[in-house]
Amino acid sequence: MALPFPLSDLLVILPELILSELALGILLWAAVVKRERERALAWASLASLAIAAALLPVAASFAGELPRSAFGGMIALDGFSLFFKALTLLAAAVTILFSLRFVGTSPYPGGEYYALLLLTTVGMMFMASGTHLVSIYVALELMALSQYVLAGYFKQETKSVEAAAKYFVLGAFSSGVLLYGLSLVYGATGTLSLGGVSAALEAAPRSTLLMVGVVLVACGMLFKVASAPFHVWAPDVYEGAPTPVSAFFAVGPKLAAYAIFARIFFDGFGPRSDDWAPVLAASAALTMVVGNVGALMQTNVKRLLGYSSIGHAGYALLGLLAYRAGGAAGQPEAFGLWAILFYLTAYLLMTFGAFGLVVLLEAKGYATESVDDFNGLWKRNPLAAGAMVVFLLSLAGIPPTAGFVGKYLLFSAALKAGWPALVVLGVLMSAVSLFYYFRIVRAMYLVDGEGEVRWREEPAVAVAVGLCFAGTLAFGVLPQPLIALAKSCLLP
Amino acid sequence: MNLPLWLIPALPLAGFLLNGSVALFSGWRRARKATAAWREAHPGDHGHDEHGDAGHGPGDHGHDDHGHHGPFLPYGERLFYGVVGVLSVGLAAVVALANAVPYALASTASEGGIGPVVQSVWKWMAAGHVSIDMAFRLDPLSAMMVSFVTFVGLLIHVFSVGYMQDEEGYGRYFAYLNLFMFAMLTLILADSLVVLFIGWEGVGLCSYLLIGYYYDKDFAHAAGKKAFVTNRIGDFGMVLGIFGILALFGTADFSFVDMAKAGAVNGTASITVYAVCLLLFLGAVGKSAQVPLYVWLPDAMAGPTPVSALIHAATMVTAGVYLVARCSAVFVLAPDALTLVAWVGAGTAVFAATIGLAQNDIKKVLAYSTVSQLGYMFLACGVGAFGVGMFHVFTHAFFKACLFLGSGSVIMAMHHEQDMRAMGGLGRKVPRTYLTMMVATVAIAGIPPLAGFFSKDQILGAAFAGGHLVLFAIGLLTAGMTAFYMFRLARMTFYGEFRGTPEAEKRVHESPATMTIPLIVLAAGSILVGFLGVPEALGGANRFVSFLAPSLATAHPHHLSHATEYVLMALSVGVAAAGILLAWRWYGQKGATPEVPSAAAQAFYEKTGALGRLVENKWYVDEGIEAAVLSPFRRIGTFLWRGFDSLVIDGIVNASAFLVELTGDLVRFFTTGNVRNYALSFTLGVLVLALYVFLR
Repeated sequence: MALPFPLSDLLVILPELILSELALGILLWAAVVKRERERALAWASLASLAIAAALLPVAASFAGELPRSAFGGMIALDGFSLFFKALTLLAAAVTILFSLRFVGTSPYPGGEYYALLLLTTVGMMFMASGTHLVSIYVALELMALSQYVLAGYFKQETKSVEAAAKYFVLGAFSSGVLLYGLSLVYGATGTLSLGGVSAALEAAPRSTLLMVGVVLVACGMLFKVASAPFHVWAPDVYEGAPTPVSAFFAVGPKLAAYAIFARIFFDGFGPRSDDWAPVLAASAALTMVVGNVGALMQTNVKRLLGYSSIGHAGYALLGLLAYRAGGAAGQPEAFGLWAILFYLTAYLLMTFGAFGLVVLLEAKGYATESVDDFNGLWKRNPLAAGAMVVFLLSLAGIPPTAGFVGKYLLFSAALKAGWPALVVLGVLMSAVSLFYYFRIVRAMYLVDGEGEVRWREEPAVAVAVGLCFAGTLAFGVLPQPLIALAKSCLLP
Repeated sequence: MNLPLWLIPALPLAGFLLNGSVALFSGWRRARKATAAWREAHPGDHGHDEHGDAGHGPGDHGHDDHGHHGPFLPYGERLFYGVVGVLSVGLAAVVALANAVPYALASTASEGGIGPVVQSVWKWMAAGHVSIDMAFRLDPLSAMMVSFVTFVGLLIHVFSVGYMQDEEGYGRYFAYLNLFMFAMLTLILADSLVVLFIGWEGVGLCSYLLIGYYYDKDFAHAAGKKAFVTNRIGDFGMVLGIFGILALFGTADFSFVDMAKAGAVNGTASITVYAVCLLLFLGAVGKSAQVPLYVWLPDAMAGPTPVSALIHAATMVTAGVYLVARCSAVFVLAPDALTLVAWVGAGTAVFAATIGLAQNDIKKVLAYSTVSQLGYMFLACGVGAFGVGMFHVFTHAFFKACLFLGSGSVIMAMHHEQDMRAMGGLGRKVPRTYLTMMVATVAIAGIPPLAGFFSKDQILGAAFAGGHLVLFAIGLLTAGMTAFYMFRLARMTFYGEFRGTPEAEKRVHESPATMTIPLIVLAAGSILVGFLGVPEALGGANRFVSFLAPSLATAHPHHLSHATEYVLMALSVGVAAAGILLAWRWYGQKGATPEVPSAAAQAFYEKTGALGRLVENKWYVDEGIEAAVLSPFRRIGTFLWRGFDSLVIDGIVNASAFLVELTGDLVRFFTTGNVRNYALSFTLGVLVLALYVFLR
């Protein structure tokens, strides 16, 4: 039997392949496992993620010289995609640790939950590798469809269902816009491979048809990273989804979306960057303002963190704008990009950390976690309160935390690329952001707790939060190894 | 023996970690015990134990009980916290002095000083062309700062051992205090603006946490909030200033000072330099409580008194002055920015002094005095006399720390009464506090040969020599007011008859040795440290300022004839003496009552009319800010909040309420309209962006 691709191409996607198999296996197992033994599924899912992570270097070494293109240019394995895949696996693993008890003690069986989580992870991994608009789109839908279900997993809870419905309707809507944009691009260039699009743009004169296509694609991407004016879904969905899923949404899909955003716009639309950069810049400015100002008055913690994550999407857009800013002599010309890599790692750590403490918070009802629930936390659990302070400082960009270093890198890159006004706005909005982050600090330290809201004792979450805590501080004090890793991942 | 510089901030950090973890552990154990006790007392009435198996859940009950009516910490535990807190700062002081003193000796011995010692500990981050090292720098400026910060810090830690003994959360207090020392020392020793920024934010955080130490007081909340808001404004300027420096010089480590000095020769000054200076100055104004961002500092005195002494008088608030001095070479390139610094400083000095004239809370007087003295320091920097400004930072740390700790001792003697109208005649009852505070009062009033005289007189001299006669006059006026309000404080507190209740009088007691010994040392410092910078006119060599010179820029070196200097000195001493005399006659006399501490002052106050009331009410600044800034902001904030979350949707629903009532269909339309609205905004966004590309 003749295959349309060399068999060795399968090795390139070995981690994704194995993870898909394991996910399906877990799905089957879930059909027969007893409710009280579901914890085994979670551990099996964690093990699957670990196996996939262990296979990453294996795939890389089998692939030989990186970047390695496979399946006729649909998929590529390079340092960039490896970095994102590792982050994605980490995000999924932390989410499972968060879910153990949250899902385990809920009235909903957890089998499908873990399988869906693994499948969405597979989608995200393919997104990181996609170098063809079709493979990217299919991977995006694999990710998104699993997530719609995850958002509505607590199906007796109105808020959860509402979140799922909103996410699904708007997600489908954005997919439509994205697809329409892709078709316009195809019509204008006659190809869907990123390299081909780039070459066509290089050669062809500027055409309005093409640019409308590019803008529509940008809109779809901005929706996925929750940037203004396509952000409105995020706070509702984060609020309504089960808390571990919210945490996952705030991190995982955004990571993958940034990966394809960077890939499409630089590998594909790069030659036309002068045309679309103002669109991104406008969205970045709007996103920073909307996210941070919108968070100011939130009382629901998950909504607050949702708005905060919108603000962070705005900062990260600065990195995309500064993609081509030069580094030091002998370094790759991608300051903005490795700044994003660093920033997203920091963002993963601090956002999961903050959400992890919300998971521990046992609110009075589903999705009612409010800032007041943190009242007097330092008395009840000083360690958790201290960790929360570090996460919030990091989110606000205060040294010596990873968040500060990431923001510093992003802003320097943006300055270098010639966007000083956006940097001024970013600094201003960082100052604003401290106001709402410190509302939580104030509640924890300066307000007496009522003692009504209890804290779950949950070693798995504690371990995950502890790891995030250590990472947030370590990459703040010693960021250089991670910076070097991010840089080396971008080397051709 | 060479002790590396990183030890200086690392030692307090270690103290913080040790005290913090022990406090955590013992708190956890107590909570556990209390939980067990609580469970015994309430057997089996709660089903919620399935969740909180290690006691965090119900533990809060136990903790509350402990906090409010339980016994204080066991003696051994308290001793541990105190020893760790003091020892870590003490060792840091030893390391600091072991570095700074030989450096200072070598520097003053050689012509023109010796170069800075830069010790890089690790490469922090390399981004683009800019690489930032975690590096510490010992040069005249940081050597000076680090010596007095560790020394005064050590004394205040010792003082705290006695002062805080009856307070809850002893371990936490020392942990925060050590964390503050770590941040402050990082700020001072940093070799780069970015590393400095770690300390800059760290001291702010500790200040916030320590202001809120009495977290059950509503006022502490409000004070913390005010400090928070003003510091955000300042930090905004600071961060942009750092990026500006990066853009200007391509580096943020202090080698840019030398570049700027070289640039000064070329006389290049552009709009960017002005902008950077103004931004950095905005940061300094926020941190050092200058007009218009001074409002937080007087309220920050809600924290414990040693915290006021350490953070809000001697060290953290001088960080702004330090920043301006550190970047002096850049400021010199923008003379107009420097003029602004001088005017803001002079304006703050006189403005805060007027408020100080009429305060009755002993700490409030000192707080406004601090704001006013910080104004002096900026005035000095603004007229180009950076070294003199830093000299005042140095002397001020001694006498103001002494005054604050003294007031703490008084407050403790009075059992937490802070109103001076209820004091009086304490001199005989707390003799050591009285004597040491009087020394510091004379020092701050500017009476020779105490420390305040030398530094203040040189500031006035520098203003006069630079031709800034108005600034000089303002400074002189402020000197008179300073002398007046300080002696008013002294007279109302220590002289005359006790004006409180007889029971209160019986309970007045002198403080323990852990508190009086630091007072005595600081009083001695207030007498002696001025002699480090005796001006030439008085036969000195002004060693202090010439030692600092290599770190600083000199804007316009002016020289006055000795005769002129004598006249100026006589003038400033004369004005101070007049202030003292007036205060002496008005206050502390027989027949003073809590309502009318002095008949003469009361008569004067009634004569001044509206002006007197303005001053008494702090010029109504807080009320003005509330009316002009905060409440509109709150309204905008509420509007935005509603706008973002519900106004659009609710608005549509409400506006069409009558339609909604008409048909159930419409209700459904608008409830699901939520998502439709979102989709609508999405579509609009797409259209706008597409239109933009179309029109391009």
